[in-house]
Amino acid sequence: MCLTAAEWGPEMDWIPVCAVDDIDPEDVRRFDYGGATYAIYRDPKGNFFATSGLCSHENVHLCDGLVLGDHIECPKHNGRFNYKTGAAQRAPVTVNLKTYSTRVLNGTVEIEVP
Amino acid sequence: MAYDQSLVEKRDYSLTGPSAARALELGLASAEWYHSDIPRKVMKDLMARSDQPAIRDTVIWLGLLVLTGIGGVYYWGSWVCLPFWVVYGVLYGSACDSRWHEAGHGTAFRTGWMNDIVYQIASFMVMRNPVNWRWSHARHHTDTIIVGRDAEIGFMHPTNVWMKFQSFVSPLDAYQSLKVIVRNAIGNMNADERDYIPAAEIPKAIYAARVHVAIYAATLIVALWLQSFVPFMLIGLPRLYGCWHMYMTGLIQHGGLAEDVVDHRLNSRTCYMNPISRWIYWNMNYHVEHHMFPMVPYHALPKLHELIKDDLPMACPSIWAAYAEMIPAVLRQRYEKGYYLRKDLPATARPYREELHQNVPDRSGMGA
Repeated sequence: MCLTAAEWGPEMDWIPVCAVDDIDPEDVRRFDYGGATYAIYRDPKGNFFATSGLCSHENVHLCDGLVLGDHIECPKHNGRFNYKTGAAQRAPVTVNLKTYSTRVLNGTVEIEVP
Repeated sequence: MAYDQSLVEKRDYSLTGPSAARALELGLASAEWYHSDIPRKVMKDLMARSDQPAIRDTVIWLGLLVLTGIGGVYYWGSWVCLPFWVVYGVLYGSACDSRWHEAGHGTAFRTGWMNDIVYQIASFMVMRNPVNWRWSHARHHTDTIIVGRDAEIGFMHPTNVWMKFQSFVSPLDAYQSLKVIVRNAIGNMNADERDYIPAAEIPKAIYAARVHVAIYAATLIVALWLQSFVPFMLIGLPRLYGCWHMYMTGLIQHGGLAEDVVDHRLNSRTCYMNPISRWIYWNMNYHVEHHMFPMVPYHALPKLHELIKDDLPMACPSIWAAYAEMIPAVLRQRYEKGYYLRKDLPATARPYREELHQNVPDRSGMGA
């Protein structure tokens, strides 16, 4: 059986974000693309992750928040997410973040987005 | 100055009425707010968490509570007990507010469970449902002094001056707080509470209220059993006889300033204070800074203030100076629709971001 394009979901592209060194370990930066905003994280071990860029509670940019281990803290209300899974971990956030795949190619961080 | 003798029309401050609809319609809810520029690396350092300062302050706080409580009980019946109760009252009835606040933000300690324990203890002391107020305070930071959205607006126009004055000994405020706790304990959550508290959190709010009521009931039983007033001097009453410092500092946070703006420099006040008040208040005198960057812990606020003070209105030099500018403004707001104290910015500051306020309703025509 063949899936239709709609069943496959939107076509995804790998989009370059920044150089590896542009994000410190245990930090985050904002990336805007295609009318959407994303948050790109580097964990303490140097691995990269990506989520939607706005807090699911009140549309605050997570790039201004604090990365604590595996968590990103919303800069407005102390809501916390696990940025590796997107899971909401602490009130007032209750809705998970969408996560996106990342990779490093020739020293550039890339994100797979629609 | 010559006032029109009639008070301004009473505004609708509910979260479910016409003001709420207007705030949503005008884009004032969850709006983009002005903030001073701080390099990312500096801000990361400012936001960094540490257990040490709050452990030190909490040990001192609880230690002094125990010592002054023992002193008050030991000397009960003589005038010697008075200074013990004065200090105990402020530590219980005023310092609880700043501990509730900072632990609620999750910025007091680095360790989460420490924040949670202090938050629960302080919520009980200050007679606030810990669940309700966690959510109402989140809203206060999202929509600071946005009428129809912010559940923690302290000055509702026209301000009832007598009510503000009595708050320094707080009988009505404490009565209202207890009424809410009891109402929640019997499972009754009102429309405003249901507006800012997610449905899944409502059972937690009811449970927390029942715990508070149970502690007060236990205190009453002990008092009856001992045939003594002392249990209430230790639990409950300090929220009345010791709350004056909480209100003295709390009223100047936003009093006399603007409603329905999206620049904290227009609706919040920073004020220098003596070190004792700053310790009781956990540096919330840096209130513009706190609202601009709420995830900066209390112990880093003086440093944050130094970094951005050139972008802010000049801080009030003292508590008294803050009242001197606030009281005339609040009185004028009772009669002059739309008036607020618009403080001058230093030459080094970026101007008030009027373009962020383009959707704000014409203040002179505000009624509902």
